[in-house]
Amino acid sequence: MGLLDVNDLHAGYGPVSVLHGIDLTVEEGAIVVVLGANGAGKTTTLRTLSGMLSPSRGTIRFDGRPLAGKPATFVRSGIAHVPQGRGTFPQLTVEENLRLGAYSLGRQPYDDDLARWYDFFPRLAERRDQRGGSLSGGEQQMLAVARALMMRPRLLLLDEPSLGLAPTITQNLFELLRQLNEDTGTTMLIVEQNANLALALASYAYVIESGEIVTEGPAETVGADDSIRRAYLGV
Amino acid sequence: MDATLFFNQVIGGLASGAIYGSLALALVMIYRSTGIINFAQGEMAMFSTYIAWQLTEWGVNIGLAALIAIGVAFLAGTAIQSSIIRPVEGADHLTQIMVTLGLFFILNNVAGWQWTFQAQVVPSVFGDEIFAVGDVRITALSIGTVIVLIAEVALLTLLLQKSRIGLAIRGAVDNADSAELVGISVSRMLMVGWGLAAAFGAIAGILVTPRLFLQPNVMFGVLIYSFAAAILGGLDSPIGAIVGGLVVGVTENLASTYIDFVGGDLKIGVALALIVGVLLIKPNGLFGRGEVARV
Repeated sequence: MGLLDVNDLHAGYGPVSVLHGIDLTVEEGAIVVVLGANGAGKTTTLRTLSGMLSPSRGTIRFDGRPLAGKPATFVRSGIAHVPQGRGTFPQLTVEENLRLGAYSLGRQPYDDDLARWYDFFPRLAERRDQRGGSLSGGEQQMLAVARALMMRPRLLLLDEPSLGLAPTITQNLFELLRQLNEDTGTTMLIVEQNANLALALASYAYVIESGEIVTEGPAETVGADDSIRRAYLGV
Repeated sequence: MDATLFFNQVIGGLASGAIYGSLALALVMIYRSTGIINFAQGEMAMFSTYIAWQLTEWGVNIGLAALIAIGVAFLAGTAIQSSIIRPVEGADHLTQIMVTLGLFFILNNVAGWQWTFQAQVVPSVFGDEIFAVGDVRITALSIGTVIVLIAEVALLTLLLQKSRIGLAIRGAVDNADSAELVGISVSRMLMVGWGLAAAFGAIAGILVTPRLFLQPNVMFGVLIYSFAAAILGGLDSPIGAIVGGLVVGVTENLASTYIDFVGGDLKIGVALALIVGVLLIKPNGLFGRGEVARV
C-alpha cells in the first residue's frame, strides 16, 4: 500500500464525465509522473486529488485513510497542490504568498521554513517584497512550489510545471524538484506533457488517455518502449 | 474673507467628512473582500441605527445601545452575505448590483413599515457639549467622530496588513482558487468582510443621525458622498477612503458657502462632479493601486 492509493476514480464537470475509473498508487518518497495528451484528464485527476473537485465514484486513500471533503481537509492531511498556470497571489508580495502557504499550520511558527525555502530559492529571497504578479514565469513557478512547501506537505501535486516556461528554465526547475525530493523525501505526483523531461525525473509513470490509465510501469521501461511513446506520447 | 466662517465650514466639513469616510470604509471593505459595490451599505447602516434608537427608546443608555447595534450589524452582515450574496458570487456585475439594490429597497421599506418615515432624534454618543476656540465652535460629537474614524482605519489597516486572518482575506480576494488550495475557507472570509463592513456602516449611521435626524431615507445622501469619497481615495484603499471622505466633506461645505450657485441645493452635485472628475483623471483614485500583471 502506497502513501496515496486511488481506486476506480470517476469525476467530471456537471454532466460531462472526464475520468472513467482511474487507479493509481504513489509510494512514499517517490516521484511519479502522469503523462498524456491535452484533454486526457490529467488536470482533472489532480483537482480531484486536492479536493477541488469531488469524485462521483471511487476512493482516495491517503496514508491508509480514506480522504474526502473540501480542499482544506486535503491540505491538512498533507497534500499540497501547485495548480496549472501557477496560481500565485498576484497582488500579494512574495513573502505574503509564502506566509499564506503556511496558513494551514495555524499558529505554529514557520519562520524556519521561510528561511529554508529562501535558501533553496535565492531568487525569491531577492524578490521577497515584490508582488507575485510582477515576477517572471519561472520565478512564479518557483514561488508556487515554495508556497506549497510551506504547508510541510507529504505529497506535492504539480500540474504541468513546465507550461509556458523556456526550456532552460524548465530544466532548472526539474533539477530543483529532484534535489528537493532527495533532500526532503517529499513525495511528488507530477502531471506533464513534456514526457522526456518528466520520465527522466520520475521513478514510475502512468499514461492516461480519455480518462483511463492505458499503461503504467517504471519510468525507464515506459520511456524505452517505442510503441508507448508513439501511441500516447507523440515523441 | 471671514476667517471664522471659513474655519467653521472647514470643521463642519471635517465632521461630515469623517462620516462619509466611515461609510466609504465599509464600501471599500466589501469591495476588497468580494469585488462588489454594495449599494445597500447606507440602508444597512440606517437599519442598524434604528436598532440603536429603538434600544434607547426602551431605556438603554446610548453608548450601550450603540455597541449592541454594532454587534447586531456585524452578525447581520455575515448573515446577508451567506444568504443572499453567496448565490450570486461569481455572477456578473449587473446581477450583483441588482441584488444589492434589491436589498436597499427591502431594508428601506421594512424600516419605514416598522418605524414609519417620521424623523426621530438619536442622542449623541459623545454628548451635546460645544467647545469654542475664539469664534470657532466645535461640538464634542465632531471631535468624537473624527477620533472614531481614525481608530477605525488604524484597526482595519492592522487587521488587513498584520494579522493572519487579514492576510487570508486578502488572499481570498486575490485568488480564490489558490486560497482554497492553501486551506482558506474563502466563503468564511467573505462573511467576515461583510460583517466588518456592516459594523463600520452602523458606526457611521449612529454618528451621523444626531445631526441629520433618523428616518429611513437618511443615509441616501450620505451614501452618494461616501461613493465619492471611496472613488476619490481609490476603491481598494482604507486610508484612501478616509482621506477621500474628509476631502469630500470639506469641499462640499466650502463649495456651498463660497460658490453662489451651488448653495445648499446643489451640494450633492459637488460629490457627483468629484466622482466624474476622479474617474476621468485618476481612475485608481489617490491611494488606489492598479493591478499588476505580467504575462
